Amino acid sequence: MKKFFFALICTFLLGAAFSQSAFAQDPTPPTDDEVNAIAKHIYCPVCENTPLDVCPTEACRNWREQIRSMLAEGKTEDEIMQYFVDQYGDRVLGAPPATGLNWLVYLIPPLVILLGAIILFRALKGWTQPKQAEAGSGAASGGLSNQDEYIQKFEEELKKRK
Amino acid sequence: MFAEFGYGILFLAFLVTLYSLGAAIYGAQTKSTQWVESARRAMLLTFPLIAISAASLIYLIVNNHYEVSFVYEVTSKSMPTYLKVTAWWGGQAGSLVFWAFLLSGFTSAVTLRKWNRDIEFLPWVIVVCAITVAFFLSLVLFYETPFARYWQDASGKLLSDASGSPITSVFAPASGITPFLPADGRGLNPLLRHPGMVFHPPLLYLGFVSFVIPYAFAIAALITGRTDDRWIRLTRRWTLVAWLFLSFGLVLGGRWAYDVLGWGGYWGWDPVEIAAFMPWLTGTAFLHSVMIQEKRGLLKHWNMILIILTYSLVIFGTFLTRSGVLSSVHAFAESAIGPIFFTYIGFSFIASIALLIKRWPDLQAETEMKSMLSREALFLFNNLLFISILVVCFWGVMFPLISELFTGQKVTVGPPFYERATTPLFASLLFLMAVAPLSAWGHSTIQTLGRSTWKSAVAASLVGIALFFTYTQNIGAVIGFTLVAFVIFITLQEFWRGTRARQRAQRENWFVALARLTGRNRRRYGGYIIHISMAIMAIGILGIESFQSETQGTLAKDQALNIADYTVQYKELATWDDTGAGVNYTRAVVDVYKNGIYLGQLSPRIDYYFDSQQNMTIPGNRSTLRDDLYVLLVDWQPVSNMSATFKIYVNPLVNWLWIGALIFFFGIGIAAWPDKDPEAEPVRVTRSSKQTSAAD
Repeated sequence: MKKFFFALICTFLLGAAFSQSAFAQDPTPPTDDEVNAIAKHIYCPVCENTPLDVCPTEACRNWREQIRSMLAEGKTEDEIMQYFVDQYGDRVLGAPPATGLNWLVYLIPPLVILLGAIILFRALKGWTQPKQAEAGSGAASGGLSNQDEYIQKFEEELKKRK
Repeated sequence: MFAEFGYGILFLAFLVTLYSLGAAIYGAQTKSTQWVESARRAMLLTFPLIAISAASLIYLIVNNHYEVSFVYEVTSKSMPTYLKVTAWWGGQAGSLVFWAFLLSGFTSAVTLRKWNRDIEFLPWVIVVCAITVAFFLSLVLFYETPFARYWQDASGKLLSDASGSPITSVFAPASGITPFLPADGRGLNPLLRHPGMVFHPPLLYLGFVSFVIPYAFAIAALITGRTDDRWIRLTRRWTLVAWLFLSFGLVLGGRWAYDVLGWGGYWGWDPVEIAAFMPWLTGTAFLHSVMIQEKRGLLKHWNMILIILTYSLVIFGTFLTRSGVLSSVHAFAESAIGPIFFTYIGFSFIASIALLIKRWPDLQAETEMKSMLSREALFLFNNLLFISILVVCFWGVMFPLISELFTGQKVTVGPPFYERATTPLFASLLFLMAVAPLSAWGHSTIQTLGRSTWKSAVAASLVGIALFFTYTQNIGAVIGFTLVAFVIFITLQEFWRGTRARQRAQRENWFVALARLTGRNRRRYGGYIIHISMAIMAIGILGIESFQSETQGTLAKDQALNIADYTVQYKELATWDDTGAGVNYTRAVVDVYKNGIYLGQLSPRIDYYFDSQQNMTIPGNRSTLRDDLYVLLVDWQPVSNMSATFKIYVNPLVNWLWIGALIFFFGIGIAAWPDKDPEAEPVRVTRSSKQTSAAD
């Protein structure tokens, strides 16, 4: 995970270096598409859950212009994002940064799903094993109550995962 | 006059509901059919009472009674009458009345059925429905009444409290005080003034409310201790209808967003969208897993848990849209009813689970599972996936609150989170949708499953390879399309196999055989059509998610923007006021070319509503099976109109989403079509029956 973030940061820095030099050489003002490409990843601090590139309010229009002027100054996407985070908090990001309590948002769903999968697989394994024993002994009716216990156990475990 | 009348009738309905509740419990305890009958009649009375109250609310709305604060908040004189009527559910208080109205109607319908051998369920079904109706009525009577009015003193001054907000109440707070009549209302949020909004909320609500009926039967089964699957059979059609309405509501909401919200999409993972989506997830899981109980007598506990969850999520969904705890595009209403909703959800959930635990030992499985690949086992994987998506959604919706509670820092859990988390889950669902219909009840092995699926798997892989070389190198999309093809091929193969068998056995021609096959096994083949429709909808979703492109630019007259194969040329722009409707329209006209060939004109526009000072961005959309060209007017130079800014999206394949939705409704129509003899029960597959195919 750390390596991944390191690679990510390197990519950003590299991209930043290139884009900066590109802007330094190129005097044309940033296009709407360049502004939107960044605004897309910033969430409107006022209207919740609306990305800045599609938000129709006057405030968001001004924020887009701010992105434009920052781009014209040669700021990178990273710097612009950081500026908005500093000004308005983490809520401008589409998903919470993976720090502190925010780790929970990424950890809980896979953990719960994994738990559910484990319970399901263990229960399913529980059925198939006595079935083999049953087949080996050849006593089909004798295995019935035995298996019912497994199903009961399985259903109990299903219940627990809720 | 109508305000007091409507409120009074609503109060009467509340009392009658409470009486019905008490009489049903007493009747069930004393085994007195007279008391139960009395409870039933009381329940039947609540429907006309709530209807009369709702009618007086509509009367107040249509006749511009702005002294009623609800009418003032949601309507204005400039709104056409049909929109005024829909304002009934456009605001919080009115929509709660609407909820109670629907539920009392459904409860009446269900109590009117022939009960025969199920009469023991009746009092408890009434109890559950009456508690729910009473809860919603108490909200509108004591917390959020749509009949509350503004007041003025003798000098004509609006009465307000210490903080300056106006005092509202149904009855005059003191003598010598008269209702205060504002000149005009504030008007409905312009985003909601759309034909889509006439149908979207009531359909969602119909879906929400219909799920209460299967829940009521489940609780009745738990209380009476009947452990068979009677409650499932009795409510099968209610569940399907609930699912139909909820699905319809979700699709219509998506279409409305696409047409009106002007962000080039149909689904934004907004908390309120998710609130409607969560009961759909548990409802869909329930719809599948009840089949295991019907066919095999398994999973009795799990089905109970699913329907209890669905009920809680239905109330939670209503709470999210209506409490304003999580504000978003939809959460236009804010009020103090949040804690009450939360208490009710907690109370009903804990009570239901406690009841389930009490009955736990009685709900024994009647047969056993035999194999990891049997149909019932694959259904369990299906349930695991639906519940996993639910976990992601629920946690994503709740986390911002948790974060705010503990750190004081608000965070956004937006589309990037949900898309990353749910994409593999949806892909797995597609895979299961392909494989599961060919596995047999009871027993399947890799060999039997492989034998029946390999042809379709090979064909689907060929489709994937062909797409890779001709259409896209996006690996995720190729995998998605391959799965879609797999589902469609397998399902068509199932239709083919069944029709051929029937053709041979009955000597019918192919079309008759297909029609009779479907007609005689409606649930199964209707379900298959739904599977195909889901795959087709997935084409649209994959298209727009993987290949959407956009550009924006400011154009002088006759200048053009290029995107994909399209050229969009700015021709003209006009602005005018419609004072009667209180709207200023700005409409641009652009010429559209594709590869240099003239295709026609589009006219994106912006409607500005004076009373609410809000913009509505209406796209100019050219829709084909291949892609949509979706043009938005963003800005323009005032007066001269010499230049205008446009944002243009190309949304590949998105039309398949709507086509899939239409096929979906066709499929669900077949699955839910009433049987000639609804009481007929199919023979349960016993563990001794030999099965080599996926016979129903």
